[in-house]
Amino acid sequence: MRDNFIKTLVEERSKDDSIMLLTGDLGFGVLEEFEELYPSSYLNLGIAEQTMTGIASGLALSGKRVLTYSIGNFPTLRCLEQIRNDLAYHECNVTIVAVGGGFSYGQLGMSHHATEDIGIMRALPNVEVLVPCTNLESELITKEVIASNKTSYLRLDKSFDTETDDTDSFKYGKLRRFRKGSKYVIIATGGILEEATKAADELKTKFNLNIKVLGCHMVKPFDEKDLINNLVDADIILTIEEHNLVSGFGALIGEVLFRNKVQINHFINLGINDTYSGEVGDQKFLRNSYKINKEEIIKQLLNKI
Amino acid sequence: MSIKKSEELADFIRISAVKMTNKGKSSHVASVLSMADVLGVVYGDYLKVNPDEPKATDRDIFILSKGHAGAGVYAALAWRGFFSKSVLDTHYQNGSILSGHVSHKNIPGVEFSTGSLGHGLPASIGFAMARKELGSRVVCVMGDGECNEGTTWESALLASHYNLNNLTVIIDCNKFQSLKTTKETLNLEPFAQKWESFGWDVFDIDGHDIKAISAALNANSKKPKCIIANTIKGNGVDFMENNILWHYRSPQNEEYELALEKLKNYER
Repeated sequence: MRDNFIKTLVEERSKDDSIMLLTGDLGFGVLEEFEELYPSSYLNLGIAEQTMTGIASGLALSGKRVLTYSIGNFPTLRCLEQIRNDLAYHECNVTIVAVGGGFSYGQLGMSHHATEDIGIMRALPNVEVLVPCTNLESELITKEVIASNKTSYLRLDKSFDTETDDTDSFKYGKLRRFRKGSKYVIIATGGILEEATKAADELKTKFNLNIKVLGCHMVKPFDEKDLINNLVDADIILTIEEHNLVSGFGALIGEVLFRNKVQINHFINLGINDTYSGEVGDQKFLRNSYKINKEEIIKQLLNKI
Repeated sequence: MSIKKSEELADFIRISAVKMTNKGKSSHVASVLSMADVLGVVYGDYLKVNPDEPKATDRDIFILSKGHAGAGVYAALAWRGFFSKSVLDTHYQNGSILSGHVSHKNIPGVEFSTGSLGHGLPASIGFAMARKELGSRVVCVMGDGECNEGTTWESALLASHYNLNNLTVIIDCNKFQSLKTTKETLNLEPFAQKWESFGWDVFDIDGHDIKAISAALNANSKKPKCIIANTIKGNGVDFMENNILWHYRSPQNEEYELALEKLKNYER
């Protein structure tokens, strides 16, 4: 996703010289091409995320289209108040880009796990929250956030799902159907969608069950009507996210279902159960540890079907 | 250089600050009084801003980073004609556009909202970077206590690294912060040397000397400028001066009348 993002950013910068990329001294092996091609549009502001975000506000209020770039929680939680006061309140055209959503940097440890970011960023007025599920989405969303005049948060994951011939075409802000079904529905945000589609495929092969899989790349603003339209015959809904369940994606879906009086029999939320991970392991290992994987989806669904 | 204009505006800011904090029953009157002369020069005789075209491309930018002294900026903007002086009477009251900490919402002339300390200087750097080629100058007023914030020193490094000689920071060095003096709380000294060592041109001046403020602002420099304006917290009202109580207390009744009386007889 990261590579698709930077490739798109380079393309967009070639058409629009108001685009500026600010990094908090991260992006080795990623940002060099942008820096070489557009040195005057590139600023490495050192290891100073709060000041980077404040500077982004001044640049944006002077007409620049700004992206701040770092990894994990550094461009978000480290400088949360700067995002709130300086970017969001001033409605700055700034895209905050975090590489390494969820457990992408698993082995690096708890400091590098971005597992509360969606909920925290979603709580800020004027901030749009974008969580691509595939590499293609990473490209298309990058174009959209740069073109928009909003403050946006773009969460890029190491993992990603793949598009198939059956995948719905991309419409910005709309849920995409990755597998067909009606009664049983899995909704995922981010690269962990891959666990959902794998689970659906296995349930189809082994039990001839049709599981509808929806990918959500826009957590905020969230299109409630679109979700409701996708759940007409739903009986069991399972959400999965690589994020804390508290204030997370499942909580958002729950709010929407309740508010819209959607009648279903079972609502299952898979995510990180309000804890930090002190375990050492890669993304896949930690997904297994916290039971946010294909196996758990299958187990939970079979238990209810 | 118009000393008279700067003095007139400084006087207006002082009297407005007392009236606004009286009517709004709000805090921070002493924080406005300490920087009134600085703002008098900045808005009275330095900034290229135009109330008829508040978003002019090449305008200068002013940011008050010590947002709690917002009443002073509102008064300066009203004096410059960005909005009616009668709006000042609504400060801090229900339904007003003028909040205690300076906000840009619905107020022409306010470039940036602050209130949480340590936000104004980073934003000023962004403005200065984007606007350097336009010939636009950026002035940021901070508090000395505010310099406890780490973003100050991140910014001090960055402004110097990027050679932002269109950026001036003025530190309203009134020697007090929220509970005690800056020296007792978190000693900043040697303050001027710190800024110098970060690569700034430093002007250590009397922050109530209009001529000195103007001279420092207008001095040519190849580096970002830091004006350490040595001021008196509560300046002009003797019972407020250097008294931490007046960081919080709103002037009412006899105190209000007496404060206005003192300011009418203000001597430079």
